Amino acid sequence: MPRKPAGMELPEGVDPNNLPDLKTLRKMMKEQRKNTPKDKSLSRVMKYVWSNYKVSFIVVLVCIVITAVISALTSVVLQNLISAYIQPAVEGRGNLDGLPAYLALCGAMFCVAIASGATFNVLMARISQGTLNIIRKDMFRKMQKLPISYFDRKQSGEIMSLYTNDVDALRQYISQTVPQLINSSVMILASVVVMIYYSLYLILVVAIGIVAMFLVAGKIGGASSRYFVVQQNALGKVNGYIEESMHGQKVIKVFCHEKQAKSDFDERNVALQNAATSANTYANILMPIMGNIGNILYVLLAVVGSIMIALGASNFGLSNLINPETTFLSILIGFLTIVKSFTQSISGISQQINFIALARSGSRRVFEMMDTTPAEDDGYVKLVRAKKNPDGSITESKTHTGLWAWKHPHKADGTITYTELAGDIEMHEVDFAYVPGKTVLHDITLYAKPGQKIAFVGSTGAGKTTIINLISRFYDIEDGKIRYDGININKIKKSSLRDSLGVVLQETNLFTGTIRENIRYGNLEATDEEVIEAAKLANAHDFIMRLPDGYDTMLESDGANLSQGQRQLLSIARTACENAPVLILDEATSSIDTRTEALVNRGMDKLMAGRTVFVIAHRLSTVMNSDVIMVLDHGRIIERGTHDELIAKQGTYYRLYTGAFELE
Amino acid sequence: MLKTLAKSIREYKLQSILSPVFVAIEVFLEVMIPMICSDLINFLQGDLFGAHSFMLFGMPTGAFVANVGEGIGFVLAYSGILIAMAGLSLTFGILSGRACAKASAGFAKNLREDLFYKIQNFSFENIDTYLTSSLVTRLTTDVTNIQNAYMMLIRGAIRSPLMFVAALALAFTKSWFIALIYLGMAILLVALMAILPSRAMRIFRRVFKKYDKLNLRVQEDVRGARVVKAFVREDFETEKFDNAAEDIRKDFTKAETILAFTSPIVNIIMYGIIIMICAFASIMIVNTGSDFVGAVGSLQIGDLTALVQYAMMILMSMMMLIMTFVMITMSIESGNRIVQVLNTESTLTSPDGGLTEVASGDIEFENVSFSYAGDENKCALMDVNLKINAGETVGVLGATGSSKSTLVQLIPRLYDVTKGSVKVGGVDVRQYDLDALRGEVAMVLQKNVLFSGTIKENIRWGKPDATDEEIVEACRLAQADEFISSFPDGYDTYIEQGGTNVSGGQRQRLCIARALIANPKIIIFDDSTSAVDTKTDALIRKSMAESLPNATKIIIAQRTASVEEADKILILDNGKVVNVGTHAELMETSDIYREAYNIQNKKEDENA
Repeated sequence: MPRKPAGMELPEGVDPNNLPDLKTLRKMMKEQRKNTPKDKSLSRVMKYVWSNYKVSFIVVLVCIVITAVISALTSVVLQNLISAYIQPAVEGRGNLDGLPAYLALCGAMFCVAIASGATFNVLMARISQGTLNIIRKDMFRKMQKLPISYFDRKQSGEIMSLYTNDVDALRQYISQTVPQLINSSVMILASVVVMIYYSLYLILVVAIGIVAMFLVAGKIGGASSRYFVVQQNALGKVNGYIEESMHGQKVIKVFCHEKQAKSDFDERNVALQNAATSANTYANILMPIMGNIGNILYVLLAVVGSIMIALGASNFGLSNLINPETTFLSILIGFLTIVKSFTQSISGISQQINFIALARSGSRRVFEMMDTTPAEDDGYVKLVRAKKNPDGSITESKTHTGLWAWKHPHKADGTITYTELAGDIEMHEVDFAYVPGKTVLHDITLYAKPGQKIAFVGSTGAGKTTIINLISRFYDIEDGKIRYDGININKIKKSSLRDSLGVVLQETNLFTGTIRENIRYGNLEATDEEVIEAAKLANAHDFIMRLPDGYDTMLESDGANLSQGQRQLLSIARTACENAPVLILDEATSSIDTRTEALVNRGMDKLMAGRTVFVIAHRLSTVMNSDVIMVLDHGRIIERGTHDELIAKQGTYYRLYTGAFELE
Repeated sequence: MLKTLAKSIREYKLQSILSPVFVAIEVFLEVMIPMICSDLINFLQGDLFGAHSFMLFGMPTGAFVANVGEGIGFVLAYSGILIAMAGLSLTFGILSGRACAKASAGFAKNLREDLFYKIQNFSFENIDTYLTSSLVTRLTTDVTNIQNAYMMLIRGAIRSPLMFVAALALAFTKSWFIALIYLGMAILLVALMAILPSRAMRIFRRVFKKYDKLNLRVQEDVRGARVVKAFVREDFETEKFDNAAEDIRKDFTKAETILAFTSPIVNIIMYGIIIMICAFASIMIVNTGSDFVGAVGSLQIGDLTALVQYAMMILMSMMMLIMTFVMITMSIESGNRIVQVLNTESTLTSPDGGLTEVASGDIEFENVSFSYAGDENKCALMDVNLKINAGETVGVLGATGSSKSTLVQLIPRLYDVTKGSVKVGGVDVRQYDLDALRGEVAMVLQKNVLFSGTIKENIRWGKPDATDEEIVEACRLAQADEFISSFPDGYDTYIEQGGTNVSGGQRQRLCIARALIANPKIIIFDDSTSAVDTKTDALIRKSMAESLPNATKIIIAQRTASVEEADKILILDNGKVVNVGTHAELMETSDIYREAYNIQNKKEDENA
């Protein structure tokens, strides 16, 4: 799916198909920035770093400071060399005898810089990867706790890109941007100190340069990021069009629509080109301009310094106070050296602006997911292995007995009762709305006795799947009660509740791995024999044995190497392997041919024997032998009864059955 | 690969050449600035005899003053030259940035265009060989990678070596001895650095594969969220994810640790150079007449500043060069993927001067065999002989995988037969102009899609110049008019990408309307009404029979009810036509048909 351009968002209310001119856009973006509360997501990222790598991070900070300060001192080394050794020697006032000792001292200092540089780089690699790993794991854990409604709301591509694009932006931020920013800031600070030490006159010239650099960086950097937004929008449109065309490529060919497609594409492609040219022009000229302002500053310093020397003016700086012998020429040379690294540090910071923006929006999306309210689970009734005592009472068992019970602790008197898991489900006057105010289920009441088969019939949107979603507590009900073996399901721990339900969903989802692993997904402790048993029950054994690798056949990308029918059989086998007392079958056979369907149905019939079953089917033939058939319409049960009763009633079911009424 | 990609530069050749030219000028000016500066400083310092000579580029001009105070004019002259040079360098920097942006954005545009056009000419067979998602990646991410690499190539890749050579050359004019030291250190740097990226790259490549695995874990977990929750496998999934994540962390840390040594290595070289210059330059400047200075020559203080600048330039350009190299290597994979598409020749082309008139809706299959792989031993269709007359309605039935879709796709020549011949209107389909043939053979594909746009726009795909009345008429035939009219925006309702805002049955009916509007001679429904209820299904067939009596209608279906009234029903099994006949005939002769019919009608019989 076409993704929202990473990095910067357009202001609210701006139609991406009809962008206002740049000036207006700029104003709107400024306005938007002003109105949004200060974003804390980046500092939360740093909190991750801090709380997990306190010691390492302090070491890194210290090392960065050492490296930067020594790097700034390089010019002092040079200046001092000229003023303390070379000039006196040249002018016959001294000699180079002290030089080896001086250079040894400098060499030692440089070694410290190199060592601390190596230390912080290596540590930073560990810190950034470790932090990312922790963030990723946290994201996934949080995601597992999110309610199904979250997954309904988001497209899978959108969630995926949290783990790829957004985490990647964080990687860049933690491992490059943060150290670079610290390094550059310390460099700038140290350089200013050194410059003050050198000469107060010359620093005035530098001040002019700094102002110019910040003005330019603000102006061009701003224009660049605005055009960048426009470019990302154009890119999004081109990508969207490409995605759509590639998916519909066969349709395009069938309708000989190629020419039209090409010209539609050209239009968007040229728009992207124009936006990209502008955005890249600004991005490309930022560095040469910054670099050349640095050059001009260098030249200006040389000129001003030379004129002052030529005019015989004397320098004024800390260095002269400390050592009156220091010559203006040596100061000038030192100044020229340091101003280069100074301007480089400033452009270093300006280069990171785009990365900061990227990381900010990335972290905002990541934390938005992590801050989503997780699904509540305050259930305390658990499903446990049980055994029946001779006196008929039920107690917990440590070994597998085939018998399960609900362990129900009563807070009031501190006792624990055990209820045998039977599969008795009741719904009383249940109302439900996915979106508050839009009730989709009204007043649903039903009883399912252990071993009964309950069917739901109705058009799309009538609420069949919703009822099933409520029983498995994918959503929580608004009003009314659902009881499972007499226990309110809100009191049952979700994991226990779902363990007791075997579900075959409308959409088949298999996982990468062997067929055996996929069937075992239903019961991780199942032996190979039990897996085969389940496959046989679902009529899947035969086709599995015909595959070259049998049960060890690898499934890739959701079982794309199998037919739809085969995938459905596997998903039924998976549920069979779970061996739960209650079964929920949601339209398991919608898109397969009649022959395969008959095969699937035979498998399902075997599976349903002796269990409480809820079944939804489009084809009435699948539900006819149910104990109760519920006909749903707009969230209400409008008819209920056995097939024969409903036919005799001559109502909606009868009309459906005779084809006088259509299901949508 | 490069040759194929270079073809897409086209009208942006000039900009692509200008960009490096401007860069070269900028580099030249940039390296000259320290040179003039050193002249200036030497002038200020004066030589051993106290004379301050006015030199340019290290060459004496003959002018000199005995006292700096009198040389203010010369200082101003130096200033003028320096400021002019910095200004020019700025100008060329901006010019090259612009040229580079134009060239790379233009190149990317052409590349996308070439890819898109190429894919438009793909045959179905070509399309089948690529995953849709991989085509999308090639057109988007891969092109962007190449665009970035190209930008680096025409700017950075020129700038760094030029800067290196120029700075080194000028260092030579100052002192061959020190320049040699630079060269030696530069070689040492390359030697040390060359191992790092290549070793890191090897790990990175491995990591990218592991990334795919991590993404797969997330994708499966998200898509199967209901399954995971229904089976209470959250912890199981988390463990799988953790393993994948841990795997990435280990490898990534390894790779980044290797790369972490780049900056210390550069620092070693840089500080090494500084110490060496300080030592040697001091001796050479002070010039006590030692043998060493006699051998390597003397220096002035100003030369020292220039040499320090050149050392920085050389190091910086080396670093940039290595980075550029790494970035460009990383885009090679993208380049290969793009070229793979560009070099794919369509396996099916319209013949030159092909027939543009389709005489009638007669269809004939003569000994047709077809294999997707072109391999006669693995045929999806075998020895099919068929004759369908114009105006007939033909049903096609068979199990999943019996090649029903394959059979009908040969009629509009979506694929070419492997053996035999398919004739439409008495002429082999390969003799028709493709557009003309497909214009007369309307096909509703099994995996059909609507495009983002209004309903009207979508229906007009079948006939670009269709009037509103024609559109409504086609929708009426397809039993779509009723629900379209119930939408608040009616025919102007906007269909979202993939048609997600209409139901499955509605989508199918819109696709049918889109096919019918062209008033074609042959209409093919490939399981096009599976989500439509039986009653509507029957209505569609009825209205088609009434309003398109002369069109040949071919209907693939799962339900026997959909084909019962057809003039002919074909039963396919494993790529062979095993039975042909009417409903009544097939009830007698075909086991497959009878079985399907009985399963679908069994219960009704019991209750009748």
